[in-house]
This record gives sequence, C-alpha cells and structure tokens, in this order.
Amino acid sequence: MTATTHDTHDDHHHGPPAGFFKRWLFTTNHKDLGVLYMLFGLLMFFVGGAMAMVIRAELFQPGLNLVDPHFFNQMTTMHALVMIFGGVMPAFTGLANWLIPVQIGAPDMALPRVNNWAFWLLPAGFVLLLATLFMPGGAPAGGWTMYPPLVLQLGDAFPFLIFAVHILGISSIMGSINIVATILNMRAPGMTLMKMPLFVWAWLITAFLIVAVMPVLAGAVTMLLTDQYFGTSFFNAAGGGDPVMFQHIFWFFGHPEVYILILPAFGIVSAIIPTFARKPLFGYSSMVYATASIAFLSFIVWGHHMFTVGMPLAGQLFFMYATMLVAVPTGVKIFNWMATMWQGSMTFETPMLFSIAFVLLFTIGGLSGVMLALAPVDLQYHDTYFVVAHFHYVLVTGAVFSIMAAVYFWLPKWTGHMYDEKLGKWHFWLSTISVNVLFFPQHFLGLAGMPRRIPDYALQFAEFNMISSIGGFVFGLTQLLFVYIIIKCVRGGQKATSEVWEGARGLEWTLPSPAPYHTFETPPVVK
Amino acid sequence: MNHNKLTTVFVASTALLALLFSAGAAAETDWRRPWGVNLPEGVTSLSQVAYSMHMLTFWIVTVIGIGVFAGVFYSVWRFRKSQGAKPATWHHSTAVEIVWTAVPFLILLGIAIPATQAMIKMEDTGNYDMTIKVTGYQWMWEYEYLDEDIQFFSRLDRDSDRARQRNSDIRPRDVEHYLLNVDNPLVVPVNTKIRFLLTANDVIHSWWVPELGWKKDTIPGFINEAWADIQEPGTYRGQCAELCGRDHGFMPIVVVAKTQEDYEAWVAEQTEDSNGDVAVDEDDLSDMDMDDLMAVGEDVYGNQCMACHQAGGEGMGDMFPALVGSDKVLGDRDAYKSVLIDGISGTTMQSFANLSNQELAGVLTYVRNAWGNDEDGGDEFQPADVEAAR
Repeated sequence: MTATTHDTHDDHHHGPPAGFFKRWLFTTNHKDLGVLYMLFGLLMFFVGGAMAMVIRAELFQPGLNLVDPHFFNQMTTMHALVMIFGGVMPAFTGLANWLIPVQIGAPDMALPRVNNWAFWLLPAGFVLLLATLFMPGGAPAGGWTMYPPLVLQLGDAFPFLIFAVHILGISSIMGSINIVATILNMRAPGMTLMKMPLFVWAWLITAFLIVAVMPVLAGAVTMLLTDQYFGTSFFNAAGGGDPVMFQHIFWFFGHPEVYILILPAFGIVSAIIPTFARKPLFGYSSMVYATASIAFLSFIVWGHHMFTVGMPLAGQLFFMYATMLVAVPTGVKIFNWMATMWQGSMTFETPMLFSIAFVLLFTIGGLSGVMLALAPVDLQYHDTYFVVAHFHYVLVTGAVFSIMAAVYFWLPKWTGHMYDEKLGKWHFWLSTISVNVLFFPQHFLGLAGMPRRIPDYALQFAEFNMISSIGGFVFGLTQLLFVYIIIKCVRGGQKATSEVWEGARGLEWTLPSPAPYHTFETPPVVK
Repeated sequence: MNHNKLTTVFVASTALLALLFSAGAAAETDWRRPWGVNLPEGVTSLSQVAYSMHMLTFWIVTVIGIGVFAGVFYSVWRFRKSQGAKPATWHHSTAVEIVWTAVPFLILLGIAIPATQAMIKMEDTGNYDMTIKVTGYQWMWEYEYLDEDIQFFSRLDRDSDRARQRNSDIRPRDVEHYLLNVDNPLVVPVNTKIRFLLTANDVIHSWWVPELGWKKDTIPGFINEAWADIQEPGTYRGQCAELCGRDHGFMPIVVVAKTQEDYEAWVAEQTEDSNGDVAVDEDDLSDMDMDDLMAVGEDVYGNQCMACHQAGGEGMGDMFPALVGSDKVLGDRDAYKSVLIDGISGTTMQSFANLSNQELAGVLTYVRNAWGNDEDGGDEFQPADVEAAR
C-alpha cells in the first residue's frame, strides 16, 4: 500500500499523464481543472453572448423584425442562465482552482477527485439546459427567475430546466466545499488567515455563501417540479399555496447569488491595483471585514427584489434599510482602492486598465443600486431597463471586467509568455467604450418608461435602443479579439519572468513561469 | 498620454455628463418625446413624492460618483511612474477609515427618513372615494368599477397589433402611440382618491402607469391594493411590467382622466350600453349574413386569437396549436363552440364567454372558413347557435 502510493506520487513528478483523455478527462490536478473551468466559462460567455446579440438585434428598431416574441423570451431567459451559471461562476471557480493552492502554498486542492467531478457535472448540466432550445415548445422562456405560475406553462423544457439547475447546483456546492476545505486546512506554515491574499478571502466567503444558498434554490425548483407533476400546491393559490412564496425563496438564494458573482471580483481587483500602484493594499483588514459584512447583509435584503408584490409596510421598510446598509461596506472597498492608488507609482498595463475601469464602472452600478434600494421609488424603477442597466454595470463591467483583468494578470504565469500588450490595450479600450454605449443609455430607457423583457417597444424608445444595440454589437465583436490574444499568448511570445510584474507580491510569483504541473509539494514558509 | 491630453479627455467627459444631465432636466415636462431620459414627474401626489425622492437621491449619488471619478482620474494623472512618482508605503489609517464608514452611513440616514415617509404615504389606501378592480390576463386587462355597473376588457389596439406582426407591411412608425394604445381605455375622474384592487387570472402581471407613480403586481389568487389621485385631466399610458409570457410586451394600459362632469357623462353612457367593450345589442339573436359574420370574425380573431394562433392560424408549437385543418375546429359543432365558451382547462386556452353572441358567432364562422378551412366543409354559426350553447 505504502509502496503503491509512493509510486503514484513519483509518477506525478514528471508532469501530466500522456494522452488527451487521460490528461483532461481524468485529471485531478488543480491547474488542469482550473484551465478546464475557465475554458468552459469562455465558451459559455460566447454562447450567452450570441443570445445577447439576438436580443440586441431584435431591439435595434421598433417592430418585430427578426424573431418571434416567444423565442425572444427564450433568449432573455437563457442568456441570463448561461451567463450566470455557465459564464461567470465557472470562470471564477476556475480562477479559484488555479490560484488558491498557489496563493496559500498548498500542493493541490483538498479534494482533487471531488474537483474533477464538480467540473464534469457542468457540461452535463449545460447539455440538458441547452438541449431545450431544440425541444417542442422551445427553451425556458419565463425568465431566469422561474416565477410560477408562468414557468409552469413551459413545454418539454420544464423538467430539463429543473434538473439542469439541480446539477449545476451540485457542481457549485462541491466546488465550494472543496475551496473551503482547501483554505481552512492546507495553508502553508505561517500563512495565517489575516495574511491570506484577498482573492483567497473573497473566495472563502463566497464559498460559504454558495454552500448556504444553492440548496435553497434546489428546494425551490423541486417544489416547482412537484407542483407540476405530483399535484402539490406550494405556489398555487387555488390549492392554498402562494406564488409569492416562490419569489421569497428564490430571492433568498438570488440575492446572495449576485454577491457570489461579485465578491471574487473584489479579490481580483485587490490583487491587481496594489501591484501596478507599487504600493500595499490600503486597509487590508477593513477589506476582509467589509467582504464579510456584505456577505452577511446579502441574507437579509432579498425583499428588495419584491417591493411590488404587496409586502406589508414593515417588511418593505426593513428590506429598504438593510439594502441601503450594503452601500457602507461597498463604499469602504471603493475608497480603499482609491487610497491604494493615491501616492502610488502607477503603470497602466491591461490588467490595471481593466481594474481601474472596474472601480469606476462598478461604482456607477453601486450608486444606481442605492437608488433602487429606495422602496417608494423602486415602484417606478422595478422591472424597467433602469434595473437592466444597473445589474449589467455590476455584472459586466464588474464581474466580467474583473475576470478579464485576472486573465491578463495571471496569463503569463499560466503560459510562461507575455500576452500582446498592444492588442490587450485595444481590447480594453474597445470593450470599455462599447460597453458604456451599450448600457448607459439603458438607464434613460428605464427611467423614461421602458419595461424589461419586451421584444418590441413604443416609438419614443427607438433612439436609445439603436445606440445601445450598436454598442452591444461592437462589444460582442471585440471579445473575439480577447480569444485571439489568449491563443496568441498560449502559442508563444516574450518569455515571462517568475515575478512577471514589477510590483507583484505573493507566493504565486515565486514560482517559475509557466508554473510547473505540481507546485509547493514542500510547503513554503511564510513569514 | 501627456497631461494635456488627459486633461482634455477629462474635461470632455465631464462636459458630456453635464450635457446628459441637463438634457434630463429639460425632458422632465414632456417625458414621452424621443430622447426622454428621466422619470416623469407624474400627475398624482404619489408620483410627485416618488419623483422628488428620485431627484434627491440622483443628485446625491451623482455628486458621490463625480467625487470617485475625480479622485481616480486625479491619481491616474498625478501618481504615474512615467512621471517619476515614487510609491509611498503607508497602508492604513484608522481615522480615515472611520470617516468614510460613518459619512456614507449618515448620508444614507438622510435619504432613509424621507423615503420612509414616502413609503408610509404610499401604503395609505384608506379614505378612498371609489374602487376599481384590475385583473390581468394573458394578454389583456379587465377593469371593473365596483361602485358602478361597469366592466370591460382592455387590449392592444388593432393598428398596433397589425403593425407589430412579423413581416407586417405597416411600419410601427406610422402608428400613433404604437404599442401604447388600447381599444377601451380606463376612464377615471380627476381629484378623486381611487383605490385599485389588483389581481390576475392566469400568471403574474404588473400594472404600471409611470405618471401615476407606481406599479403593483397582479397575482392570481391574491388581491393587492394601491391608490392614485390624478390631478390633471389627460391620457396616461403604461404597460405590463412583469414578464407574463409571449405577448408580455403587448398589453398596454391607457388611463383617461376626465373632469368630474365628463366622467359622470361617460358613466351614464356606459351604464346605458351595459357592455363598455362592444357596441352591439346583447339580446339581438337575429341571423347575420355570411359577409357580416366573416367581417366581425376577422376583427375578433385579430383582437383575441392572433397573438397565440398567429395571423394565418398556423399556431406556434405545442402550446398554441394550429387552427388550419384542426380537428377541434373542423369537427363536431358543439365541441367547437364549447372550446370558445368554456375554454380548455389545463391549457392557456381561456374561456371567451365574455364576448357577445354576435362576436362569438363571427369568430367561430371565420376560423371555420379562413385559410382554406372551408374546403373541409365550412359552415356558419349564428348568434342564436351561440346563445343555445351558453
């Protein structure tokens, strides 16, 4: 037994196993799985992006020009599901897989086989979900929020949607348990909790959120399933149930979920800004406490998605106050990043550009969030394009921009080559300009009265919709450049040093570039 | 970039922002014109409360936003390595951190107080003068005046409906109030506290007229309350705001506010002709000729059926079956009538018993004869046939 273990151990020293399937299908290596997660996220980013292009093309001018309203609803629903569960979450999990072990000085994740299974459930879940596009009645079209009774009108897609959500939830939970186990058990000697990089902290907290709320979503969709097929009436008023109860349960999951999509971004930006400002992160411990506060508050603000359902006054006031409080720790983070830049010595490589854009544009999304928190005015904003603009500012220029920043930042460590800086800057400027052309006018559309999730609109909304669509097309096309830059960097380029960036701090930058297949088999000592 | 270039970019972007905000201010009075960028001030006391809360918060967050942008841009301009900036080494300051935790908290407190007052006012549905019950359907609204004998349905107007079909030869731009016009608007008096009771028949909808200042979900099996006191006569348009299926984008709301005298005249008119929806005599069971039946039927089909069953009766997927060559349409006459009068339970096919005998006779005849259906034995239905089947 001991001998066998020892042999296996020795084999691994030579690098990845030969053979494509043996390498990628059976891999338990955190770097391989990190790469798989990120490639999957990139693929889904384009699948969801193609759906967004259909949406913006249909909305380019008034009238139903390209698609049927039912198909349009499928696109808005699937765009959200694909981007959230297929794009952003796997991309962040991939970054966690690749980076957490090398940032805390661990040889791998704590549960490597669970890691493999958690990843391979994702393609399975998405085969179920995307297959619905080709089924009678089409894909889910009742919104990603799956509100009954509307969701119960789905055709054959309904059970596939439910089981896809279950599988994606199991995948996320397993990935998160693995992250928690790794961070709590496998830190190198001397790596106390308050010495961990903020990306690790952000993911520790995010992983707890996922473990806490994914089962709630699973419960909610299972109740939908039994309502549809087994005669229960959880959400059916005629049987003594309540359709609004689904919304309460869904948003008890859904609000922490949106912080699941942004907390890792905070960690990424907190790594990049100090590097290029050549100055330590301002207020490390307040960053940790702010992240934890945001995570705590995320559990008690779900009602702000439901100000129009007819909650009691006391409920509305409670959710309004709690939501407004979120602005305090979030503000602390923004100010800390600004203070980090203050009196630094900054250079503006692509990761830094994306991070600065993140700080500014996420601020716009955060400030419109304060407006949305106000219950009496949310009765106007709710379910309009103002909300669409708000959450795309936090999710695209927030979460997605942070992922892009992270890719440029760590790509030299992964590939051993520097990416093409000139093309990276082109990617940044085209993305940043077009994304604002895309989403800024949507604030105006919403305030002027355009509801969300409509395939056609009244004439006074024509101008801003056309501008928004043009921004959307440019933003979409620009992302092809991103893929080209990544491929180019994988294939070759200027050799990267171990440190890569002049101001880089942290264990991963002590490793050679590219990092060997196995790292920190002997734990480093952190002083 | 050198300093000058950066300064130019900064000045230009500030100017652009200022321009957008001033455009917002200019658009306040006439929000429906193109390029509208702001909430309407509206015509009810609640909409004005919402509007002033909105503007207060907007200016506060704008000032904070400009502060953040200015801080970041200044750092980017001032602390650049290429300009020889040397990095400082400090990394925390308890005093500063306390300040930027406490100050935002106090600002939020300042916003929360008026917001609480506004919310209390919004929920105060007592002391109302009249009550209107709003029921959402896929995809139209039903209005019932609980103090009068008035009830009717309100749907997208025919012009918009024709123009919005795919491959329609009518351009949306040629239709007045495209997608924001209905066949029967909700008529209400001004300066009256109207209580709305909102519910739905099938899925959740949301009743929203921006100039009334709020939206409220209509939920099957539950009744929500809201209120409005419209201060100026006029026509106010809105839409369903909660995704409710295929034609969610096509169930507008039109509220016509009239002076008390005009409103009373309207009520008198409605109660004479008890069905506000259709100008036909309910009791008239005399036969109609085939041309009249087909003409009435085509109109009813366009208003009621086309959204799901499509312009050519080709249907859409399993949920909205084709009517061309359909067994249900071309089979037993009584079963066919029952589909319209009773609906088909467990599907989205609702009952259309609310339509008049003439309208039902028309649409039954039309569907049985249109699109080549007459080849398989088209025949006609008369109002008396419908009455007999009720």
